[in-house]
Amino acid sequence: MKLQILSIFIATIFTHNIALTYLLGMCPFISLSRSLKTAWGMGLSVIFVVTLTGALNWIIYHWILVPTQSELISYIVFIIVIAASVQLLEMILEKFLPGLQVSFGIFLPLITVNCVVLAVSLFMVIRDYNFIQTVVFAFGSAVGWTLAITIVAAIKEKLSLSGDVPKGLQGAGITMVIAGIVALTFLGFAGMVAIQ
Amino acid sequence: MPIKFKKLLYVKSVRIIIDRLWRDNPIFSMCLGVCSALAVTNKVENAIAMGVGVTFVLVASSVIISFLRKLISSRIRMIIYMVTISTFVIVVDRLLKAFFPSISEAIGPYIGLIITNCLIMGRADAFAIKNEVRYSALDGLASGIGYSYTLIIISIIREVLAFGSVLGMKVTPEWWTNWVVMAMAPGAFFVLSIFLWITRNMAKIQPEK
Repeated sequence: MKLQILSIFIATIFTHNIALTYLLGMCPFISLSRSLKTAWGMGLSVIFVVTLTGALNWIIYHWILVPTQSELISYIVFIIVIAASVQLLEMILEKFLPGLQVSFGIFLPLITVNCVVLAVSLFMVIRDYNFIQTVVFAFGSAVGWTLAITIVAAIKEKLSLSGDVPKGLQGAGITMVIAGIVALTFLGFAGMVAIQ
Repeated sequence: MPIKFKKLLYVKSVRIIIDRLWRDNPIFSMCLGVCSALAVTNKVENAIAMGVGVTFVLVASSVIISFLRKLISSRIRMIIYMVTISTFVIVVDRLLKAFFPSISEAIGPYIGLIITNCLIMGRADAFAIKNEVRYSALDGLASGIGYSYTLIIISIIREVLAFGSVLGMKVTPEWWTNWVVMAMAPGAFFVLSIFLWITRNMAKIQPEK
């Protein structure tokens, strides 16, 4: 059991990285990987929100939707839970931790449309994870996403100092080339651990 | 060019169609909905299913939001978009599960992720909330078609390189060796970035700063 949890954690970061294997969360990945600082800030807020909403959605799905046989509306319920918890988090930060709000707050509204958040809840249903597995999976996915965006942002920062990028490839194009190369290196981790 | 044709270019509805298909194409100009453009384009059939699904959701939600645009207050508009969009996504999900179970299995969670496809939310917020129903429907349809054809082109390139086939039919000669990496994530990134490069040069789109 403990081993299984550890392997889920490692797999979600390295072998089944949510950004570089499942290609999720690409919109913020492309627009926010301009500087290392922004990427890191977004990553931290994603880690927090994904873990929180993953756990909440598991509880709601298994304690409310399954007993009442209303799995059909799970998409609507998940997205509302995500939007509501992001909003709530914003208010709590504003009220109690204004210092954190300044560095953290600008990323929060963007998270609602980050596919990673919803994807974790959908994967949790498809793979039939229990509560602890869901939390570990959610945390690991978010850490993996943060790792990927930080690597790409660091490379892009270096590239902007010395690189000579063709005109049509600037912006989104070169980000994808870098992400592709990073994804290739992550293929090297394949076979390290397996998850279902 | 005949004058009649030139005049036609200034009619709003024609303008919308041409812009969405080429200059404002959701993928290579606005970079919206890239997740699914990368993830489901490993096979042509998946790309077609995704394109049809997104187009349907886009048209339906644009029409509904445009109908309600006078009633939606700006504070709660995001939640309303999401509920509308996810309702139609559930419809697409059920239809796909009922009629094409194998495609539904292959695409997996990506159908549910149409909800967070920025393209749909983007069109709702940038167009449907401000415009009449008929223009919104047209905008949704044109954006959807612009999105779908891009997806299909990328998926044809990837499926030919990775499996040597299109829609399951073999198209490459005997000596062809499949590039398996094209079916995986790195291939998706490389093909889309080259595609972006070519189309942006052709359409003379300025890179975003």
